[in-house]
Amino acid sequence: MRAPLKERLPGLVLLLAAMLFSIVPLASMLTAALHRQGTVPVGIEWPADPQWHNFIDAWNVANITPLLLSSLLLVAGVVPAAALIATMAGYGLGQLKVPGGAVFFVLLLLGLTLPREATIVPLYYQLRDMGLLNSRLGLTLVLIGEFMPFAVFWMRAHFLTMPKELGEAASIDGAGAWQSFLRIQAPLAVPAVSSLCLLLFLWTWNTFLEAIVLVDDPSQRTMAGALQNFVGLHSTDVVLLNAGSLLIMAPTIIVFLLFQRHFIKAMIAGTVKG
Amino acid sequence: MTALRTAAPETRPGAAAAPSRRPRRPLRRWGGWLFVLPALVFYSVFVLKPLTAAIQYSFYRWNGITVATFVGVGNYVRVLTDPHLLSGIAHAFFLILFFTVLPVAGGLLMAALLREIRAKAFGTLARTVLFLPQIIPGAAAAIAWVWMFSSSGTANQVLSAVGLGGLARAWLGDFTWSLPAVGIIGTWINLGFCMILLLSGIGKIDASIYEAARLDGAGFVRTLLSVTLPGLKQELGVCITVTIISALASFDIIFMSTQGGPGYSTMVPGVLVYQLGFTEAQVGLASALALVLTVLILAVVLPLQRLFRTED
Repeated sequence: MRAPLKERLPGLVLLLAAMLFSIVPLASMLTAALHRQGTVPVGIEWPADPQWHNFIDAWNVANITPLLLSSLLLVAGVVPAAALIATMAGYGLGQLKVPGGAVFFVLLLLGLTLPREATIVPLYYQLRDMGLLNSRLGLTLVLIGEFMPFAVFWMRAHFLTMPKELGEAASIDGAGAWQSFLRIQAPLAVPAVSSLCLLLFLWTWNTFLEAIVLVDDPSQRTMAGALQNFVGLHSTDVVLLNAGSLLIMAPTIIVFLLFQRHFIKAMIAGTVKG
Repeated sequence: MTALRTAAPETRPGAAAAPSRRPRRPLRRWGGWLFVLPALVFYSVFVLKPLTAAIQYSFYRWNGITVATFVGVGNYVRVLTDPHLLSGIAHAFFLILFFTVLPVAGGLLMAALLREIRAKAFGTLARTVLFLPQIIPGAAAAIAWVWMFSSSGTANQVLSAVGLGGLARAWLGDFTWSLPAVGIIGTWINLGFCMILLLSGIGKIDASIYEAARLDGAGFVRTLLSVTLPGLKQELGVCITVTIISALASFDIIFMSTQGGPGYSTMVPGVLVYQLGFTEAQVGLASALALVLTVLILAVVLPLQRLFRTED
C-alpha cells in the first residue's frame, strides 16, 4: 500500500529540486558554451543560434588531442601497475599472512587519511633530485605510491574473505605460493580487481595537485591538471572557457554514464570497506 | 582517494582451531614478503619518505635553493600565531558546515525519500544525476561554479527571477559571501555521494522493521528517526569522515575558483601550502603548515572512528 500522492508530493518535489541543483551548473556551462564567441552570455539561457562549432574551436584551443593522449598514457601506466602491485600485496597480507605484515598495514592505514598537501612540497624536491620532475614517468610513480594505501587495503579485504583451504589445497598439490597466486587466487580476485581499476582510473584522470606541481608542461598533465593552465589563458572568454572545460570533463562523464552501476557500486564498497 | 575506515573485523575462527595441521615453515612465510615488497617500496619512496622529509623541512628556514637554516619550532610558532595562516585553518573548519553537515543531512533526507520511490527508472535517474558531481574533477566543478556565481551567472539570474535581484552580486568576489559560496561547491560535490552511500545502507536495513514501524502508525519523520538513522551508524560514520577530510584538506575547488581571495577571505591550508611552498619559496613554513593540517585531520577523524565503530 502506498501513501497517497498528496503525501508523497513534497518528497518528490524535494528530490527533483536536488536533481536540478546537481545538473544546473553543468547545463549552465553548456548553454554558455553555445553562445557566439566574444559575447557575454547571461545565466542559463538557450541561445537562438547555438554555435556547436565552438566545441571544435575549443578542442583545438584546449589542446584536447595531446591531453587525451597524455591522460591515457598516465592511466595505462598507473592503473595496471598499481592494481598488480596491490593485488600481490593484498595476497601476501590477507592470505599468506606474512610475519610483520601487521606493522606495514598500520603504516598503510596512516596513508588513508594523509592529505596530499602533507607530502607535495618534499615530493617536488625528491623528484627533482631523481631527475623525474616534469615527466609523465615521475607523476606515474608518485600516483602508484599514493594509491597504495587504498588499493592494498581493498585487495587485502578481498583476500581475507577467501577461504584459507584454497591455498592449502594448492600447496598440498605441490603448488608454490606463486603458482597458487597466479593460477587460483588471481583469477578469483578479478571482480575485486576490476572495481579497483575503475576507481584508480577515475582518481588518476582527475588528479590535480600532483599534476600541476610535478609537471610544468600542461600537455603532459592529467586532464584535470591541464584545466589550470587553460583557465589561466582563457578566463576572460566565457564561451570558450565553458566549451573547453566541458570537453575536458567529458571523458569522465562518458565513462561514468557507461559504467554507472559499476562505478557507484565500487565507490560505495570502496568507502565502506576501505 | 576517498576513505578511511577500519576494515571489517577479522574473525578467523579457523586460525586457532587447526592444531592437526603442520605449521608452515618460517622460511616459506618470509618468502611471502616478495609479494608485499613492491607495494612497500612504492609506498615508502613516494609517501613515507616525503612525509619524513616534510618533518625535517619544517624545522628549517629554506627557500628551496640556498642553504637551509635551522629554526627549531619557529615555523610551528608562526603557523599558530600568524593571523593569515590561522584564518586559513579556521576557514577549513567553517567549510565542514558545507562539505559535511549539509550534504549528510540532505543526503539522508534524499535517501529516505528515494527509498519510498517505487518507479525504478526514476530511482536510477535520480542516483545518476545526483552522483554526477562526484565524478568530475574538483577543478572542473570549480569552473562550473565560477560561471554560476559570476555577476551575469545563473545564481543571480535565478535571484532576479524570484524577485530578489537586489541580492545579486559577484559572489566569489564578495568578502562576506565568498566563503559560503565556495562552500556551496563542496555541498554540490558531496551531496550525491552521501545520498548514495546512505541509500545503500538503508537497503541493508531489514524491511520487516520498516513494516513494523508502519503498522505502529509511524510517519515519515518518525520512521527516519527511529528506524533509518540508527540503522545507518556505519554509513553515517563513513560519510562524515570522508567529507570532513575533503573539507579540511580542500585544495582544487578553492585553488581554481578564488585562489583564496578576495584578500584572504577564502584562504584554506591547502592553498596556503601550495603558495608558500611553490610561489613564495618558504619551504619550511609550508611543511610546518602541512603537518599541522595533517595532525588536525587525524585529531578530528580518529575519535570519529571510535564513535561510529559498529559492534558486529
